[in-house]
Amino acid sequence: MSASVVYALAFYAATAILVIGVVRKIVQYAKTPAPLKIPTMPAPVTQGGVVMRMASEIVLFNSLFKSNKWIWIFGWMFHLSLLLAFFRHMRYVISPDSFLMPIIGFEMVQAFGKYAGFAMLIGLAGLLVRRIVVDRVRYISSPSDYLMLLLILGIAATGMMMSFVSHVDIVMLKEFMLGLLVFNIQPLPTDTVLLVHLSLVIVLMVIFPISKLLHAPGVFFSPTRNQVDNSRTKRHLAPWAAELEADRKAGE
Amino acid sequence: MADFEIPELNEYTVIPKLKEGTMAHSSPFIAKAKFQEPLGFPGELVDNWEEAVLTKMDDLRSRYRGFQVFLDSCVKCGACTDKCHYYLGTKDPKNMPVARQDLLRKVYRRYRTFAGKFFGALGIPGFVGAADLNKEVLDDWYSYFHQCSQCRRCSVFCPYGIDTAEISMAARDIMDTIGMGQKYCNEIIGKAQTIGNNLGLPQPALVDTLEGLEEEVEEDTGVAVKFPIDQKGADILLITPSADFFAEPHVDGLIGYAKVFHEAGVSWTMSSHASEAANFGMFIGSYDNMRKLSLRIRKAALDLGVKRIVFGECGHAWRVAYSFLNTLAGPFDFLDQNYPIPQHICEFTYDLIQKGGLKLDKSENDHMTLTFHDSCNVARASNMGNKPGGQIDIPRAVIKAVCNNYVDMPADTIGEATFCCGGGGGLLTDDLMEVRVKGAQPRMEAYKSVVDNHGVTNLAAICAICKAQFTKVLPYYNFGMTDIVSVHQLVGDAIILTGSEDDVDNDASNNSNEQ
Ligand code: SF4
Ligand code: SF4
Repeated sequence: MSASVVYALAFYAATAILVIGVVRKIVQYAKTPAPLKIPTMPAPVTQGGVVMRMASEIVLFNSLFKSNKWIWIFGWMFHLSLLLAFFRHMRYVISPDSFLMPIIGFEMVQAFGKYAGFAMLIGLAGLLVRRIVVDRVRYISSPSDYLMLLLILGIAATGMMMSFVSHVDIVMLKEFMLGLLVFNIQPLPTDTVLLVHLSLVIVLMVIFPISKLLHAPGVFFSPTRNQVDNSRTKRHLAPWAAELEADRKAGE
Repeated sequence: MADFEIPELNEYTVIPKLKEGTMAHSSPFIAKAKFQEPLGFPGELVDNWEEAVLTKMDDLRSRYRGFQVFLDSCVKCGACTDKCHYYLGTKDPKNMPVARQDLLRKVYRRYRTFAGKFFGALGIPGFVGAADLNKEVLDDWYSYFHQCSQCRRCSVFCPYGIDTAEISMAARDIMDTIGMGQKYCNEIIGKAQTIGNNLGLPQPALVDTLEGLEEEVEEDTGVAVKFPIDQKGADILLITPSADFFAEPHVDGLIGYAKVFHEAGVSWTMSSHASEAANFGMFIGSYDNMRKLSLRIRKAALDLGVKRIVFGECGHAWRVAYSFLNTLAGPFDFLDQNYPIPQHICEFTYDLIQKGGLKLDKSENDHMTLTFHDSCNVARASNMGNKPGGQIDIPRAVIKAVCNNYVDMPADTIGEATFCCGGGGGLLTDDLMEVRVKGAQPRMEAYKSVVDNHGVTNLAAICAICKAQFTKVLPYYNFGMTDIVSVHQLVGDAIILTGSEDDVDNDASNNSNEQ
């Protein structure tokens, strides 16, 4: 089997694991009731307020900011650059005549994405150093916590090498990626850096639904953040809790 | 004074280097069968407890979204590691919120996640933060989940809002289910469910105490302020922690409520059936027990035919009342919908002050300079009024309306960031004295800073547990045990009762000053 086929199959498998795994988790979170009102107070008293609260958590990492400026700056830098890098990568999977192309191809997006790599490296390195140096963080870290940082560092580093040191055949790569989308396997450039980069990405996709990376969907479901403070005016009752009330009516 | 080291108080918060195992020996008395069984828990550790732990954990995961999400989402960022007063006071790394969660999370990961099962089968579960369940792990649970006051401070600072209190409650529920309950909580819940209050005071004793208070207040002020109990047809049912009936400084708070009601001219009553605001069902994470205790309040309100429910000063009770009561024992469609259901006594007093319904002489409290201790369950788990943050502003507004001298403690130790008194969450028992004293260190440090820099003399609180805890721990830090006062004690002392001697003097000499 050629490298192209191996990578194509690996990509399919990893995508399936990622999508099925995360969807299963989201379904589990969505289906599990939150029987009691437990927003961390003070909390918004309207649904609109909750949207604002969630937005400030997800976009600005508000609670983390209150908590620890170092973790915040490194963590936020890393996640923001990840987002920028993600946009930059869209050009490899979006066909040239897609309506999205003009946006993704926009020079700003590409330039930001390119240099975001540095911010990502700094953010990740900062997090890694803290994990090693701060005794409290070291205490709560297991090998997988370090490896996950190293994995993403590896992805960032190989990606940047391709941008700044040894360029790969982007046109060929894009054909491979676009081919994947229509189940038509095209040859993949065989530069070692690229293969390492892609392998690490595949590993990341596979571990996503079975690791702490689940914080990404999890944050949306956290009852301490997404509940409205209105327990006195609106009765909140989980289905299983409602069943307990069968004994009540008779007593009154 | 104590057979353990009292932590030092520094100028500002110092994050200690961790010292493993400093609190491994701390563990509360286990509940005997006679306290376990009435609550529906096995009397002693069941034979197949490992299996029972996992079954209960699965049950909770399927019923509590927060529990499941929190187990999955922690990224071990470390942001919460320096936020727990028990870590700051004991240096024991297992008292870091994330490490406390991990005691349970590692078992979840080992048996209920692919990563844990895979690396567990390879014999290296620790690689992915998983661990086998064994007696040692269970003993750790018993020890460290009883070194968490469920104060939620960690939850404020976690990027995903992971609330260690929820994990502690789940862990205690699991332990109860396998027969490893805590004596203090379970004995108390039993009393509240059979007699009506945590102290086990029967109706005649309550009547006696209240009559005593009536005499005392009349002697003091010359005004017949009533302390009614079981009075059918009263408008307001007051639910207050039973400590208010006799403990110091709690009882001064109760006197304060009575004076406020008296001046408001409302008819009110307490109930001997529901003579307890506290609800320890929350501490042990038992929906069932929490619900049973809440239903006593519903029953009392129905039996007495009241129109409103007002809660006295108690932190976790106010959490259960504000956040859960409607869920557990609602709907309260038989009460007057024009008032909040339930209402906090501070809301009641605040409204009355706003309307000019109280004649107050602030100078009565001039011998004190006060600060306010935000109780965790009020600040981070409930609200007052109808705006976010009312639970923080309203008690202060009440204090400032009745006192001339008030200073807040440092900003990072109050409001949503308040430090627990060290005795909440079912830890207010002598067998946990060491962790209580050490856990009070951050609060004592903040108190010391305003004592030293602003001449503060007293600490006011609206929680029965905080008050009892401070009475005990203040002396360990060389403060007076009477530094702690009830907010409604301040109110009560400042009120000029209509028709009292002061009132008459006041009217004569100071007519223009009236509201
Ligand atoms: S702050 Fe939250 S995510 Fe970070 S270590 Fe603590 S519990 Fe985990
Ligand atoms: S809830 Fe409070 S006591 Fe428990 S771990 Fe968090 S900060 Fe510590």
